[in-house]
Parts: sequence; C-alpha cells; structure tokens
Amino acid sequence: MASTATVAAPHAPAVAHYEPTGLWSWITTVDHKRIGILYGVTAFLWFLVAGVEALMIRVQLFVPNNHFVTAETYNSLFTMHALTMIFGALMPLTAAFFNFIVPLQIGARDVAFPRLNALSYWLFLFGSLFLNFGWVLKAAPDSGWFAYAPITTLPYSPGMHMDFYVLGLQVLGLSSIIASLNFIITIINLRAPGMRLMRMPIFTWMTLITSVLIVTAMAVFTIAVTELMFDRLFGTNFYNTVSAGADPLLWQHLFWMFGHPEVYILIIPIMGMISEVLPTFSRKPLFGYNVMVFSGVLIGWLGWGVWSHHMFATGMGPIADSFFSLSTMLIAIPTGIKIFNWLGTLYGGSIRFTTAMLFAVAFIAMFTIGGISGVMHASAPSDLQQSDTYFIVAHIHYVFFGGTVLGLWAALYYWYPKVFGRLLDEKLGQFHFWSTFVGMNLTFFPMHFVGMFGMPRRTWTYGPEQGFTAYNQAETVGAFIIALGTLVFAINLFTAWKRGRIAGPNPWGAATLEWSIPSPPPAYNFREIPVVHSRMPLWEDDPTKEAGIPHGRVEEETEQVTIAGTQVAAVRDVHDENKMSAHDLGIHLPPPSFWPIVLAAGISAIFIGLIFRQVPATSAWHNAWYLMFAGIATTVVSIYAWAFEPGH
Amino acid sequence: MSAHAASPAHIDTSTGLDSRKMAFWTFIGSECLLFGSLIATYMAYKGRSINPPYPHDVVINGKAFHGILNIPLTSFSTFILLMSSVAMVFALWNVQRGNKPWDAFWLFMTALGGSIFLGCQVFEFTHFYHEGLTLRSNLFGSTFYVLTGFHGAHVTVGIIYLITLGVMALRGRIGPERTLNVEIAGLYWHFVDVIWIVIFPLVYLIR
Ligand code: HEM
Ligand SMILES: [Cu+2]
Repeated sequence: MASTATVAAPHAPAVAHYEPTGLWSWITTVDHKRIGILYGVTAFLWFLVAGVEALMIRVQLFVPNNHFVTAETYNSLFTMHALTMIFGALMPLTAAFFNFIVPLQIGARDVAFPRLNALSYWLFLFGSLFLNFGWVLKAAPDSGWFAYAPITTLPYSPGMHMDFYVLGLQVLGLSSIIASLNFIITIINLRAPGMRLMRMPIFTWMTLITSVLIVTAMAVFTIAVTELMFDRLFGTNFYNTVSAGADPLLWQHLFWMFGHPEVYILIIPIMGMISEVLPTFSRKPLFGYNVMVFSGVLIGWLGWGVWSHHMFATGMGPIADSFFSLSTMLIAIPTGIKIFNWLGTLYGGSIRFTTAMLFAVAFIAMFTIGGISGVMHASAPSDLQQSDTYFIVAHIHYVFFGGTVLGLWAALYYWYPKVFGRLLDEKLGQFHFWSTFVGMNLTFFPMHFVGMFGMPRRTWTYGPEQGFTAYNQAETVGAFIIALGTLVFAINLFTAWKRGRIAGPNPWGAATLEWSIPSPPPAYNFREIPVVHSRMPLWEDDPTKEAGIPHGRVEEETEQVTIAGTQVAAVRDVHDENKMSAHDLGIHLPPPSFWPIVLAAGISAIFIGLIFRQVPATSAWHNAWYLMFAGIATTVVSIYAWAFEPGH
Repeated sequence: MSAHAASPAHIDTSTGLDSRKMAFWTFIGSECLLFGSLIATYMAYKGRSINPPYPHDVVINGKAFHGILNIPLTSFSTFILLMSSVAMVFALWNVQRGNKPWDAFWLFMTALGGSIFLGCQVFEFTHFYHEGLTLRSNLFGSTFYVLTGFHGAHVTVGIIYLITLGVMALRGRIGPERTLNVEIAGLYWHFVDVIWIVIFPLVYLIR
C-alpha cells in the first residue's frame, strides 16, 4: 500500500483544489457527489419556500375571522406548501443523500449511469420551478396535494391552477423514477468486492427499498395524473362523473395506491439514516441488523396493501373497511420492531449527544407519537371521527416533521463533514435542535386537540365562539420558533462551509466505508476499490488483510476537537496523494456532459408548451405553445446525441 | 502504487450481470405498472359507457347498437406484431454471429412488422373517428384511445429504435461484440408484444 508516505503540508486546507470549478463544470457534471450537493442545496431552498408558505398559513389562522390572505390564496398556500415540502424538499433531500452517500458506502466510483443521474437532477429542478411558476401567473395549484377528482376537473377547477399540478408532477415523477432506477442498479451491481447484500450498510438497504417503491408507485401516479391531464387538456372522461358516468372513486384509488407508498418513500430512507447515526454515537453495532433489514422490506411490501385506509370516509363497505383496517394495523408491527431495535442500540452504549444524535433520538420519540395516532385512525370507526380534521394534520406532521425532517437534520449534521470537509458548529446546532424540538411540539401537539374538537383541516378561518383560538395561537407561536431555529440552521450551514473546523476523514469514528476516504472525497472516491470483510469495515475489518481499507486510519491526527464531552479526531493534514487527480492515478471517470441538461430542458419544454395551450389568445404568453414542438425536437436530438456521445 | 487495482478499465459488477440489461429489466417492471394502471382503468369502466358508440353489439332498452370493434382486422395486426417478435429473434441471432447484411435485414423486417401494426392502428383510429368515437364521446372512447394509443406510442418508439440499429448495422457499427444494444432493443420489443397480448383479449375479445 502506497498511502503511508507522509508529506506534511501544515497549513494547507483539507479541501482539495484539483477538481475543475466554475458554473459550467457544475452544469455538465456527472459526478454523483456534485449532483448530490446540487440536490441538497436546491431542496433546502425549497424547504425554506415551503416554510414561508407554512408561516403564512399559521398567520392566517392566528386570530378568528382573519383576512390576512383571501380564501383562494389560502387554498393555494396549503396545496403548494404540501407539494413543495413533499416533492421539492423532502424527497429531493433524501435523494441528495442517496446520491452523495450510497456510492461511497458501497465502495463505488460513481453510480451505474452517471448521465442519467444528472438528467434526474435537472428534471427535478425544472419541474419544481415549473410548479412554482403557477404563483407568478396567479394560478398556483389549489386543490390539495391529493387533488381529488372530479373537483380537479375543468368544470370545477377552471383556469390553469391544476394544469400546473398535472404537468409539473409528471416531470417530477419522471425525475424520481429515473433516479431510482439508477440507484437500484447501482446498489445491486456496483458493490465493492466482499460486500454481500447482508453486509450492506443499513442506509444503503433502505435506499434500495425506497427506490423500488418509487419505481413502482410513481408509475401508478404517473398514469393517474396523465388521465387527469387528458381530461383537462383534451376533454377525455376519466373523471367526468356528470355526463359520462365515471366512477368518483377512481382517482382516489389510483392516488392512494401511490400516496400511501409515497409516505413510506419519505420515511424508509430516514429509518436508514437513523440506523447509521445511532450506532456511531452509541459506539455499538446496530441492534438486530437482520431484523432491521427484513422489517424494512416488510414495511415496503405491506405499504402496498393499505391505501384504502385513506378512504374509510367514502363508504366502501364493511368488508373493504375491515381488510384495510387490519392491513394497516399490521404495518405497525414491523414499525414497532424498528423502534425497539433503535432503543436496543442505545441500550448500554457509550452515548455521545452530538447534535446529530439529539435529532436521531428525538426522531424515535416523535415518530412513535405519529405512529400511534396512525394506528388510531387505522380503526375505521374512529377514523370516521378524525378524518378531515386537524387530528390528521397532527398525525401527518408527527410523521413528516417529527419523522422525516428531524431524521434529515440528524443526517445533515452527521454527513455534512463528509460532504464539505468541515464540521457544523455544535453550539448553533444545539440551539437549532432545541428550538426545533420545542417548536414542533408546540405547533403540532395542540392540533390533536382542536382536531378532536372538530376543527376541519384545509379551513380558511374559524369563528371566535368555536373555541379554537387559544390552540391556534399556540400553534402559530410554535411555527415561528421552528422558523427561528431553521434560520440559525441555515446560517450554520453557510458559515461552516466557509470556515467550519476541518473535519478529517472520520470525525465521528464511524464504521462504514464512506469514512475511510478524505473529506470531501476526491472525484474518484476510492483510490483503490476496498475489499470488505464485514458489515462495519472500519470497526471490524483487519486492515492487514489483502488490500483492506486504504485510507482513514493511516492519516496523521494533528488536532483534537471536543464535541459533546468527547474527543473527536480532526485531521488537518491530508496526504498529497489525496490531492492527485484521477488522471494522475490513471483512473477513468466519465467525462462531463451537457446533454443531460439539454434533454431535461427539451422534456420540460414539451410540458410548458402544453400548459400554454390554455392561455387566452390575448396574453403575451400565447405563442409559447410552439415551445412544445421545440421541446420535442430538442428531446429527439439530445437522445441521439446522448446515445452516441463519445467517452461514455 | 497498484495502478491496475486503482483503474480497472472494466469494473466487474457485483452480480456478474450487465448493468444496462438489469436497468432495462427494472424499467420494464415500472412499465408493467404504467400499463397495469391503464388496463385497470379500462377494466373498471368496461361496459359502463352511458352513450354510444359501444365496442361490441349491445341491446339497451330494446334498442340494438352496432359494436364498432373490427376484430378480424385487429387479429391480423396482432398476428403481424407477433411475427415481428420472431423476426427480432432472427435479428439478434444474426447480429451475434456477425452475419452481414442479414442482421440489418431482420432488424428492418422487425420494424416493418411494427409499422404494419401501427398502420392498422391508424386505420382503426380514423375509422372509429368517422363512426363518431372520439376521446370525448364516452368512457369507452377515453379509455380505449388512451390505452391503445399509449401502446401505439411504445411501438412507434420501438420502430425508430430498430431502424436506428438497422442503419448502424448496415454501416458496420454493430457486430458480435456489440450485441447488447440489439439485445436490449429485443427485450423492449418483446415486452411491447407481450403487453399487446394482454390488451388484445381484454379489449377486443372479452365482452
Ligand atoms: C404505523 C404507521 C402508520 C399508520 C398506522 C398510519 C395510518 C394512517 C391512516 C389510517 C391515515 C388516514 C387518515 C385519514 O385520512 O382519515 C393516515 C394518513 C396519513 N399518513 Fe399515516 N400512518 C402511518 C405512518 C405514516 C408515515 C410513516 C407517514 C409519512 C412519513 C404518514 C403520513 C400520512 C399522511 C401524509 C397522511 C394524510 C394524507 C392526506 O390526507 O393528506 N403516515 N395514516
Ligand atoms: Cu396511508
């Protein structure tokens, strides 16, 4: 092994400067790490946008009979809040981690199809911009993220509002299907030698399950939305209940057949992240690895058989109700198993309460509350009382915010040093954690009560005599506390990137492969592809065996940092070799390509063109529908250019 | 430094299977759900149209309506489509053995089969249009055109794909060492056929 040569460069930052920089290099990048960063930054910005929308909702509900926004704007606000959070922020944030971390965890140089990976990012960017363009034309979607037809068909939703929904979500759906296809193949086919399926890091496992869910569930959604698009643009009758006699429940079935798996798409990756953070900061292997894997698979599988628990209130009849009650309650079993395994991991460990760990532990508690209210409405009779009240909103947010968001923040504190080579500030982190934790409970817990008292969800305002005022005011205060914490978080993310402490390859002493290489990793990830002998290579593998793990342990530790009472190894110097380019080392990496962004632009142009068919002839936008033909031409040309591009 | 370990020109895959082929199988899995949802919609609305035209002969309230499906024609085009799958098998066989110009010939024959099928579909659609069946007329029109049209779009993409490969084969850019391109095209083509074998009885034969 050549990596023992020590070349001291005392004050050189660990951030290596051998990669091309500049805007063009980002536009044409096919490096999974850069695409991960693009995903992360874009998604975080959308998180802030959706957060502002949430604050506006909370301001509107602060006092009874408020007129802060109109009822119409309010409809758009809660719809766009949900859509932006789900499709613009949370899914892409998980995708950011899939992109950056998964190839590193499995010891790969890149994903299986680097250009396809870039394509999915650009489609996500254009799709999410397109969806929000509705605001600019004062026609943002306004019928809820579930877009129940026939309310969303043309007679009941005139104007372009829902056109932005049906077209934007197709672009976003396409993006996530392509991304997931890539991850499935990457995980199955590009693992380092010796990494058998049951040696894969648990986060990689959960990514695999999630990707399978996306590839299948998104397909159903794509068809549901296509049918709605045809209804709206071409006058078909899929959801036309009046003159064609269509089934008013068709949309609901198709939507929830996607919608329920979708909520698992948002939580299963988080379960994986938590299962990486907890062992690292307890210095214990994950309790019951096998069970964790199988319960994940089971959750993914059962997730397909429960969709109609969203439809108890439609009167499906006792047989269907019983079936879906039962299957829903069954899901609580593997979920509960996971919770006990996390507790088992903590039990007897030497715990370090870093910010990442705080978020991870809080996740367990908050997600459990969300799960319990879930089981409550799994029972059809009690669901009939809770359905369409704020009780459901409380459930959603304990799983989405208490689950997905807290877990994502844990993951960010945990992996940020790997991504940028610098540590996030722990003091700001603790402030962020406590404000988020207190804020979220103040915001979402009272929703259980107002919901039980009968406050309907998606309601623009309420009267003073209804007794909802005090609860709503507490919720609004809570929301602003969360916002404050998020602001501090954003500052932390930015300043740490500029001048955070240098992290070194493995600041937390973690066990998986991504921590064996420098932070940030060089373009080629691993100078030599590692050989894996166990589930936790950095804790268990014998480095003297074969090639072993090339980096990480041989680095010189020059600085010790104390985090949450324990010493953390922070390495200032990296070996010069780590700064060598892929070319110097003779490693072939796929060359950059601009076809992904061109192809994404072409596909998006088709959809933009379709929407401007709806614009009245008097509008300046009217001629934009020629864009559709330009889009088709661009798409065809770039597919050919893609297929025949040299060097790939 | 162990340069060869650092830079394997071909990284072996974990499973030994080719990534592109595996990706294609996964894509087909996703396609199954796309078609599955469309077929489910068709089946949910089968026989529920309030207004004519209807697919099959029906009597409603003592009044007889003539069905508009042309089963002999579609049986013919179905047969041609199946034969094109056979041609695809020959194409791959010849590509693998580097038999020029038969490789290109069979690729074009496959594309031709697809084109005849597509031609029949265009004829069928125009005929139905003149009979008064449009996307808007009733549930049958909406579900029929979107389901079979979606399949037809797949056939169209397949034809372009096959012609491209045929031209490449003529120019000598596809040989035994590059069979994978043709193999994947074959997978796609067979898949499109299999889906039609599901659609054909459900739409045309079952009443
Ligand atoms: C033990 C696990 C869970 C159970 C038993 C459960 C059960 C349910 C039930 C029965 C409903 C329907 C309530 C109604 O609309 O009347 C529901 C709604 C919902 N659940 Fe869950 N759930 C669970 C976990 C999750 C997870 C993990 C997520 C997301 C990360 C989630 C997100 C949602 C959302 C977003 C809705 C509302 C959808 C809407 O109407 O907009 N749930 N849940
Ligand atoms: Cu559900």
